Amino acid sequence: MSWTEDQPMVSVRDVHKSFGELEVLKGVSLDVMKGEVICIIGPSGSGKSTLIRCINALNDIQQGSILVEGIEVHDKHLDKLELRKKVGMVFQQYNLFPHKTALENVMMAPIRVLKENKDDVEKSARALIKKVRLEGKENSYPGELSGGQQQRVAIARSLAMKPDVILFDEVTAALDPETVNEVLVTIKDLAEEGMTCILVTHEMGFAREVADHIYFTDRGVIVEHGKPATFFDEAKDPRTKEFLSQIL
Amino acid sequence: MEAFFEWFKVLYDETGINLPFIYDSYDRGRMLDGLWMTIKLSVVCLFFSVVIGVIGAWLQGSAYTWTRRFVNGYIQLFRNTPPLVQLYFFYFAIGSLLPRVATEFGGEAPLLGNFAWAVISLSFFAGAFNVEIFRSGIEAVPESTVEAAEALGFSRLQIYKDITLPLAFRVILPALNNNLVNLVKTTTLAYAIAVPEMLYEANQIWSDNVNVTEMMIFLLIAYFVLVGVLVWGMNRWERAMKIPGYGA
Repeated sequence: MSWTEDQPMVSVRDVHKSFGELEVLKGVSLDVMKGEVICIIGPSGSGKSTLIRCINALNDIQQGSILVEGIEVHDKHLDKLELRKKVGMVFQQYNLFPHKTALENVMMAPIRVLKENKDDVEKSARALIKKVRLEGKENSYPGELSGGQQQRVAIARSLAMKPDVILFDEVTAALDPETVNEVLVTIKDLAEEGMTCILVTHEMGFAREVADHIYFTDRGVIVEHGKPATFFDEAKDPRTKEFLSQIL
Repeated sequence: MEAFFEWFKVLYDETGINLPFIYDSYDRGRMLDGLWMTIKLSVVCLFFSVVIGVIGAWLQGSAYTWTRRFVNGYIQLFRNTPPLVQLYFFYFAIGSLLPRVATEFGGEAPLLGNFAWAVISLSFFAGAFNVEIFRSGIEAVPESTVEAAEALGFSRLQIYKDITLPLAFRVILPALNNNLVNLVKTTTLAYAIAVPEMLYEANQIWSDNVNVTEMMIFLLIAYFVLVGVLVWGMNRWERAMKIPGYGA
């Protein structure tokens, strides 16, 4: 069965995930269509980061199904490279390669993993650095950049693999307040260009502005979900209400 | 040059300080051969011990229990026994079990000579420590950095080669430096199986000239300078590998 664009790009069905005795996902389902931006919010420990880490197979799952463009992730014969060409990921702690310059960080995966021509890769890497507004920082090492700048390099690095969907795992949580915005603007640009994005975030204002759909998770289940306007203004579940009242 | 050599002859005649390895061309030849042999033995053993360290540390991360056990067994065996006993074991025990080969003169010779056994023995000896040193460096690389590479589609081998090892190298250089210094010093043990290295040749010279004191002083200085050159090179390397904004 091949995937077509009228089907969800990412389809999560009844996913269960445990770390030893601790069950962190207890039957989660959601769909993401091409070009959609979804935000997953919820208290810490509710399983939201685990959920997106399962989507690109950084964590395995015990039960259920995750389809990314028709590829079953919950399969021990999964071709991880094929999956990871489609799914990009940006982390809370940026996780840049500290021994490589900003430009090299962006160039590395296309050269090593996709075996692309170095000159072509450099050209597109420079364009990506420009896109995340870091012109002039090409030759800086991660240790010489601020958190916000590093995170933007990380976004460029992920884009260099030309993914179809990008996972953002609390990408602004470790940043100084004054640099949060530059990263959010970058993500917003991507969303406006039609990139499919799955974000785990605590930035409610941002979620409301860019998301097509909001999911609220608590203790391993999706408690409530909906369009931003309805979700934020007409939350029904008491747990959602309580969470929103604490955060807004 | 001749005048320079002659001066040491005069020195001997007038003061009794006998340095025949300078003024006597035969002894000079022996000493230079010994020095060259020590350098050759050191460089070859340095190379193989580092290769063993890199491969051993990689195998320690293997998914197979028996591979890990094998590497750990190797480390325990070579770390917990004296290097001289190891050398004798290789040369006399293993060496005698190997078939002998015909020489071009119609006689028979051991398959491997004493130099080869010294290289094997000393490389395994220093290699056991190098595996542990590399492992400590690899463990210092944050799991999250490795995950970022995984998410970009890097294979396990690519991650080791491009990310883990280069970062680990920077952490372990001081410890590696120490072990390699030790290795150069341990090459003197090859004397015991008659590898004509510097100590062996010095011994030959003092047997002929009865100038033990002078030879011992010379040997001490010669090794001090030799190891000094290695340490200087390693320190320069350490500085060259420094990443701006990373580490202390």
